Amino acid sequence: MQSEQSFASTATEQQSIFRVDNTDYYYGAFKAVRGVNLEIPVNKITAFIGPSGCGKSTVLRCFNRLNDLISGAHIDGRITFHGEDIYSKGVDPTELRRRVGMVFQKPNPFPKSIYDNIAFGARINGYQGDMDELVERSLRGAALWDEVKDKLKESGLSISGGQQQRLCIARAIAIAPEVILMDEPCSALDPISTLKIEELMHQLKENYTIIIVTHNMQQATRVSDKTAFYNAEATDSGSKVGYLVEYDATENIFKHPQNEATRDYVSGRFG
Amino acid sequence: MVSPQKSAKSNSGDYQPQLQKRYKIDRAFQIISWMATLSGIVVLAVLVTGILIQGIPNLSFDFLVSPPSRKPEQAGIWPAFLGSIILLIITAAVSIPIGVGTGIFLQEFAKDNKIAQVIEINISNLAAVPSIIYGLLGLFAFGRLFGFITGGRSILSGGLTLALLILPVIIVATREALKSVPDSIRMAGMALGATRWQTVRTHVLPLAIPGIMTGTILALSRAIGETAPIIVVGAAAFVPFAPTLTIEGLQEPAFTALPIQIFNWVSRPQEEFHAIAASAIIVLMIVLLVMNATAIFVRNRFQSSR
Repeated sequence: MQSEQSFASTATEQQSIFRVDNTDYYYGAFKAVRGVNLEIPVNKITAFIGPSGCGKSTVLRCFNRLNDLISGAHIDGRITFHGEDIYSKGVDPTELRRRVGMVFQKPNPFPKSIYDNIAFGARINGYQGDMDELVERSLRGAALWDEVKDKLKESGLSISGGQQQRLCIARAIAIAPEVILMDEPCSALDPISTLKIEELMHQLKENYTIIIVTHNMQQATRVSDKTAFYNAEATDSGSKVGYLVEYDATENIFKHPQNEATRDYVSGRFG
Repeated sequence: MVSPQKSAKSNSGDYQPQLQKRYKIDRAFQIISWMATLSGIVVLAVLVTGILIQGIPNLSFDFLVSPPSRKPEQAGIWPAFLGSIILLIITAAVSIPIGVGTGIFLQEFAKDNKIAQVIEINISNLAAVPSIIYGLLGLFAFGRLFGFITGGRSILSGGLTLALLILPVIIVATREALKSVPDSIRMAGMALGATRWQTVRTHVLPLAIPGIMTGTILALSRAIGETAPIIVVGAAAFVPFAPTLTIEGLQEPAFTALPIQIFNWVSRPQEEFHAIAASAIIVLMIVLLVMNATAIFVRNRFQSSR
């Protein structure tokens, strides 16, 4: 509760929810991404695109400090959420993750009932309201309610891949986050399931800020308001380091890219 | 440009599938592995049949509940049987919480640094140390150092020594079971704002329990068959009274167990003792069978409830 107030009181800009200042991302001594400067607008969808190994997932996973779980992963720089440095001592990563939800590349429901998949997050975060109502509301919010309302007690793994991914979205929104991070959420899904999730994202952005990593450039044009293009370049030591090439409104990135690498990438010439 | 059809045609001559030869190798390997399986089963069958023929005639309720005797027709295994069961209870009660707890700590909480690696190598090595060495360690640690608790060389010391013996096996089994739980489950839990322990308790551990159970019960099966370490900590060959589950009973310096009773009878010259040794072996095998069946049953129950 306290940290929530401090988040709110120190918020300087209403428009951007995250702000990344000249940040380097490391795994041990290996620098994975260098010098990122970025502002994530509130209640918009921001897409991260770029070739494999350019570090877009790394950047994404630092917004909820999930990279803390990887031993040796750390950053050098400043990432602020509502103006407060998320890596400062005053910020509890567990509380941060409640407010910054995440959906992963492969659907990863818990091997428990559909109901418990959603109730788990609420229970551990001390939800006081009516659990049945929350489960229904979350499933409706993820456009899944009608498909699973008669089998809430069945395993979360018994439904199709696309439904599982929407269950993961329902699970994420059940704990009332402000931001949802999506790490290639449709890459394991068929086109129809993908379409459903994209439609869902348009609904979700009214209440949530979404950051999505995608390999699918059409998807970025379909869903996102802003797009960040990352690229990787070889360093002197022979390894690769990712960097943010261009960040602009999605339309500009795809129609009028300023950078040559961006133009080549969005026109499909590499990557 | 070569048309794809043409290039495919011109290349197909380069391949010689030799299907007949490959199937023959398949078949040969199948037979070899089948024979390997068979030889093990045959040896086991011969052993079991021999023991059953020799042991079944003497098997009776009286045999189970009688104390050993100088006369083979009156001898029974009650003190040894109860001794083994009590050893098993002590061993399980001590080794499971410590072993599983250590496994969880090392796999889920400990940082992956030099100290953790050293501990890991040591635990793996401990699993391979001969059991007699554990017996000597148990004699020193439990028989002497903690003698004021265990009563010196007693069934309690024996159980604690066996617990020590199987601890590394349980730790390794726990770690392997936890390792096989996909990381995506941990990520999912943590991303919802769960603490590490909440994630482990609610999601990771339930998935690992079948593996932990299997490893633990196999380790306990090993413990119940051990002879050397409990001889060192005081198991005697001839104990005419059954142990009791009281503090004094556990500290009682005279105790025995099934493998020791069997060894004692087998090493006597009279044929009649060999026969009742076979009967005792049957009882021991039944105990082991029941334990392993429990392991399989529990594992299946947990797996189907997912």
